[in-house]
Formats: sequence, structure tokens, C-alpha cells
Amino acid sequence: MKNTLKNVFHSPRFLVGFIIFMVILLTVLIYPYFVTRDPLLSLGKGFLAPGTYLSVYDANNAPTYRMELPEAAINRLESAIPTEDRQVMLDFLKVKGADVSGVSTANDSLDDLLALWKANYDEADVKASKYQGFSTQAQRNKLRRLNTSILASEQASAMSLSKGEGDAVAVSDTDYIKVNEVANAVSLPLGTDNFGRDTLTELVKATGVSLIIGLIAGTVATLLGLVVGLLAGYVGGIVDDILMFIANLFTVIPGFVLLILIYYSVGQAARGITTCALVIGFTSWVWTARSVRSQVISLRNRDHVNLSKLSGHSLFRIVLTDILPYIASYVVMAFILQVSSGILAEAQLSLLGLGPKTTDVPTLGLMMNWAKLFGAYTSSNAWWAYFPVIGVIALISFSLNLMNTGLDQVFNPALRD
Amino acid sequence: MSKGMRKYFKKKIFWFIITFVAAVILNFLLPRLMPGDPVNAIVGKNVSPGASPEQVQEQIAFYQHQFGLDKSIFGQFFDFVVNAFKGTFGVSYSQYPRTVADIIGSGIWWTLALQIPAILVGWLLGNLLGAVAAYRRGIWDKVLMPVSLFMSAIPAFGAAVILLVIFAVNLGWAPVNGAYDPGMIPAFNWNFISSVISHYQLPFWSIVLISIGGQAVGMRSMSIYELNADYVKYSRFLGIKDGKIVRYVFRNAMLPQVTGLAMSIGSSVGGALVAETIFSYPGLGTAMYNAIVSSDYPVISACTLIITLMVLIASFMLDIIYAFIDPRVKAAQFD
Repeated sequence: MKNTLKNVFHSPRFLVGFIIFMVILLTVLIYPYFVTRDPLLSLGKGFLAPGTYLSVYDANNAPTYRMELPEAAINRLESAIPTEDRQVMLDFLKVKGADVSGVSTANDSLDDLLALWKANYDEADVKASKYQGFSTQAQRNKLRRLNTSILASEQASAMSLSKGEGDAVAVSDTDYIKVNEVANAVSLPLGTDNFGRDTLTELVKATGVSLIIGLIAGTVATLLGLVVGLLAGYVGGIVDDILMFIANLFTVIPGFVLLILIYYSVGQAARGITTCALVIGFTSWVWTARSVRSQVISLRNRDHVNLSKLSGHSLFRIVLTDILPYIASYVVMAFILQVSSGILAEAQLSLLGLGPKTTDVPTLGLMMNWAKLFGAYTSSNAWWAYFPVIGVIALISFSLNLMNTGLDQVFNPALRD
Repeated sequence: MSKGMRKYFKKKIFWFIITFVAAVILNFLLPRLMPGDPVNAIVGKNVSPGASPEQVQEQIAFYQHQFGLDKSIFGQFFDFVVNAFKGTFGVSYSQYPRTVADIIGSGIWWTLALQIPAILVGWLLGNLLGAVAAYRRGIWDKVLMPVSLFMSAIPAFGAAVILLVIFAVNLGWAPVNGAYDPGMIPAFNWNFISSVISHYQLPFWSIVLISIGGQAVGMRSMSIYELNADYVKYSRFLGIKDGKIVRYVFRNAMLPQVTGLAMSIGSSVGGALVAETIFSYPGLGTAMYNAIVSSDYPVISACTLIITLMVLIASFMLDIIYAFIDPRVKAAQFD
């Protein structure tokens, strides 16, 4: 046993898969101790992009520090003049006949662009609409607005803000506040979903729930498959025929369709997490049963099994001591694959709106479903609401598949490189 | 045909028929176990708000008679079988008075035209990559295999969503949904065909991308298994040319892959559900999804019947073909 484990952990594939899986598992277990907020708590309205959000009110009341960043002015300009405006400026300069070679809309040539602009812009000429391509009122207004905003962001303008009870205090452009001294600052590394929930917290919780679903489904499927496979393979005859007939039925009516039908038959009220997992397990045992059966058939006429039979051992004992140990490694691998396909099955079902009907916990599939329903793919273009979910699903199955191929190489010498 | 072979085929055909009959019964029964009364839903939609309870009752009775729901479950099953033989499969509940055959007929060609080429292309590319990785080893294997393994771990809907977002929503290279421009009337002209082709790309590649990874991983491990086999070493001792050995090796490694191909073509209609819902492709998967949502038993039964038949025929054909091409099956079954 110890030696086997040592071999297993010497397989690089298994190790990489194991480490990825453990990182996911530990995150799921430890994260709730750091962020104690309810994962389904709605913080805001609709999709908010990832970032740190500071309360404006509290930011005003936070202590200020004086700091003079040399690049402060240019940073301010860069964010004040978007690329489209820079393009307009370039177009204007071209019409004006200025030498724009070497000047682009990129950040590092903003200085040159502004210098050119100031040298060439003339309010009176613009008013007289002397320039080709800027003849309509709207276009002239655009130029004028642009000029005003450039001047405004360049001057270190003093704002006055009301602090506390109405007395106005001047804020200069060299005043800074510290993020962790703002009473209310929320860091949302993955933004919020359509309900305004913190996506990261929700994702961690959903990963945990989906892992549980995978575990239940995998256990049910592996146990069922193991029992059916052992019985069909070892007992043979009519038992084998009947069991394989049932297995055939499950193959012929594809698991996915069967799952949807059973699932609907169970009814809305009963469609919780556990039911979902049980149904998935109940529909996916077939291939495990088939492989176990074929292995048992090749084992059942070995000498040590025959010897046990002659010694009058019970069927139960023969299966347990003479057959199971030989297929144990295979069963472990099948179990790993079943867990991974169980997680995937839940995600697919939920995506179609046939997943667990619950408002207490999120699952990976439900998060995908919400993202789809509320237009995260198309209208909102909120990648943070679904892309990390797909990533987590892919990582879980990737790590489990890696562990599986690693085990395969250890236990099946013919596959070794 | 030898005696053993005849016995083998007889046994196969016997189980084929039994499985088919049981599957038909299940296909009939399972959807009808679903909660929700379809007649109430239709009547609720069609009856005018001021109708008296008697009128509503009359309507319900009318539709129940139309759909044959006033008969016993055995009578309904008899109708189901008769309609299946007639080829109409009865009347749809949710899209009354459209027949089920009509709904399925309009969807199945989209599904088949999407799935079968995609599965074939993915299978060919995947096996090629897997075989090359197994034979060349080195950098091919080191880079290709983890990538394939990761690709095969991306769920089908995930790949579909990522393609949709990148190419349709952000880059605008392909349309977001449907099978052709909704403003067009299907016709055999260049405009319509080009619209169909541009709508076809994303669902097609999402299926191809997913199947490449899985096939490559499977083909690689089968090829390595065969390359290490005794007959290869023996052939090398005999001095047989490498090219010739490789041909044998890959022919043997292909066998399980052929099974995979046949089964995935057999189950293509069932597998269409996810990709079709994400791209709103008007195939059988979408039809089945709509039918499930609206408790449209006849449509569900007919769809599952088609899936069942395709899988059953695929696996039956495999059994037959294997009996001829794989000597190991021959030896095991015919004695």
C-alpha cells in the first residue's frame, strides 16, 4: 500500500493534477474564513466590473496626505482625453496643415499632441468654420468642448467639497487618501453578477457545492456500476443477460435525455442539490458496470478464484477477497472520472434551466445559467460573470483527468512511456 | 457463414429487438410521468377571458379528445405506435395543429448537417494529432498532450460560449444566433447560402474544438499501447520496415476509436442540445428543449425515439462490423 502510494505520487501527471485539485479544494475550505459575507448577498444592482469600489462619502472624510507625483498631470490628462478625442484632435491638426508625423493617439505621444494642439488651435478660426471637415455646428462645438476640457484638466484646479456638516473645504490636486483608511471600500476582484452579488465569493461557494454534487453523483454511479458489474461478470448466465439488458437500455436512451426526463418527473419542489446529484449518479453508472464486468470475466477463471470456490467460500467472500483487490485501482480511476463527469452534467443541466431549483446556494451550472439569462454573453458583455466559472469547471476536470491518466500509467505498465 | 457466427447474430438480433421494444415503451412512458397538464396550458392560452366554466370544460374535453388523452394509457400507447408507423407521430400539444413529424422534419436536417461534419472533422484531426504525438514523441508529445488534455476538459457549453463572445459579440465576425438571417426566406440562392454558412461557423467549430482534444488523448494512449506490444518488437526483429509496422500499429489503435466515432454519430442528436441552445440553432435539440419546457409529450417521445433508434442502430452495426474485422471478437464470440 505504502509502496503503491509512493509510486502514484512519483507520477508527474498525477502530482500536477493532485496539486491543482488540492489548491481548488483548499481555497473552497479556507476562503469562507476570510470573507464571511453571505455568498448570495446582493451588494448592488446589475453587473459591476471588477475593481475596488470606494465610498465617495467616506473618501471625503478620510484623512488626506500630500503627495507630488511627477506624472500626476499627464495621468489625469490621459484619463480625461479618451482615444476617440485624440483622433479628433489629430484630424483637426491634419486639416489645419500641422506636421503630424510621429504623433499618434498613443499615451506616450500625448505630450507632443497637446503641444501641437495649443500651437494650432484658434477659437476665432473655429468659429468662422474655416476648416474642411469641421463645418457643421456640432463638429465645431465638439472642438470647442475638447479645448475646454484639455485646459481644465491641465490646470491643477481646486475643487471644493463639503466635508461633514456643510463647511466647504478646498481639495487640491496633491491630496491623496489611503484606500484602507476609507471606512467603506469593497474590493471585487471579479466584479458582481446580475443580482449584484460578489462574483468571487459566489464562485468559491458554487465550486464547493458543485464538488459535493460531483462527489455524491460519482459515489452513487461507481457503487451501482461496481455492484452491477461484479454480479453480471461473476455470476454470469441469466443474471448477466438481464443486467446487461438494463445497461443497454441506459445506453440506448442517452443518459442526458433520461436525466432530463427523470428530473422533470421528480417535480420542481424536490429538485434540490441532493436529488440532482442522485439523479446524475443514477444515470451514469453504465460504463463503469460494463468495464468492471469485462474485467471480472477475465478474472473469474483464475486459479486462485477456483481454489476459493473449491474451499467452499461464499460468493460474497470470493468477490471481496479474490476479485475486488484486482480491480481496486481501476475502480478508483473510474470514480475520479465519474466525479468529473458529474460536475459537468450538473453544469449542463443547469445551463438548460433544468438544474437544482434552489435559492439557498449557487452551483457552477446555476451561475452559468444566470449569466445566460441576464445577457452576460451578449448585451452586458460581462466576462467576469461567466468566464471564471468556465475556467473553474475546466480546471477541475483537467486536474481530475490528469490524476486519472497518472494513475493509469502507474497501474497499467503497457501505457508507460 | 459458420454455425457459431449464425448463433452470434441470432443472439444479437434477439437483444436488439428486445431492447428496442423496451426503449419504445420507456420513451412513451417517461415523458408522461412529467408533471404539468398540457391541455390546461393550451386552453388557458386560447380561451377568451369571459368564458363560462362550462365553455372551458368543453374546450378541455375537445382538446383531450383531439390528443386522445381521454383514452386509457394502453389506448394512448396503441395510438402512439400506430402514429409512429404512419410516420406522423401524432399532433404536437404546444404547437397545435402542427404534426410532430413536421416539427422534427424541420429540425433534423439542421442538426444532422451541423453535427455529422463537425464530428467527422474533429475525429479526423484529433486522431491525426494523437497518432503523431505517440509516434514522434518529444516536443510534439510534451506540448500537444497537456494542451489536448486541457482542451478536452473545457465543457462543451464553455467552448461554445467563449467562441460566441469572442467571434460574434466582440469581433462581430459571425452572427450571434440562428441558422440564417431572420429576414430571409429559405431559398436556393447565393445570399441565403452565404447567410447559412456564416451562421454555421461558430456552432461547427465549437463542436470540432471539443472533440479534437478527447480524440487525441484516446488515440495517443492506444497508439503507445500498441507500439509497446510484442508483435511490434517481433516485427522489428524480423526486419520489417518501420513504415509497414506503423501502418499495422495505427490500424489496431484505430479500432476503439472507430467505436467512439460510431457512438458519437449515434448520439449526435442527443448531444446537440447544449450547442444548439447556446447558438439558438433551429435543430432537433432546440425542438426537444422547447418540448420539454412545454410538456409536449408527442414531440419529446418522437425525439427520444429518434435518438434511441440512432444509438441502437449504431451499436448494432458496430457489433456486426467488429465480428468481421476484429479477430479477437471473432475468436471470443464464435466458439
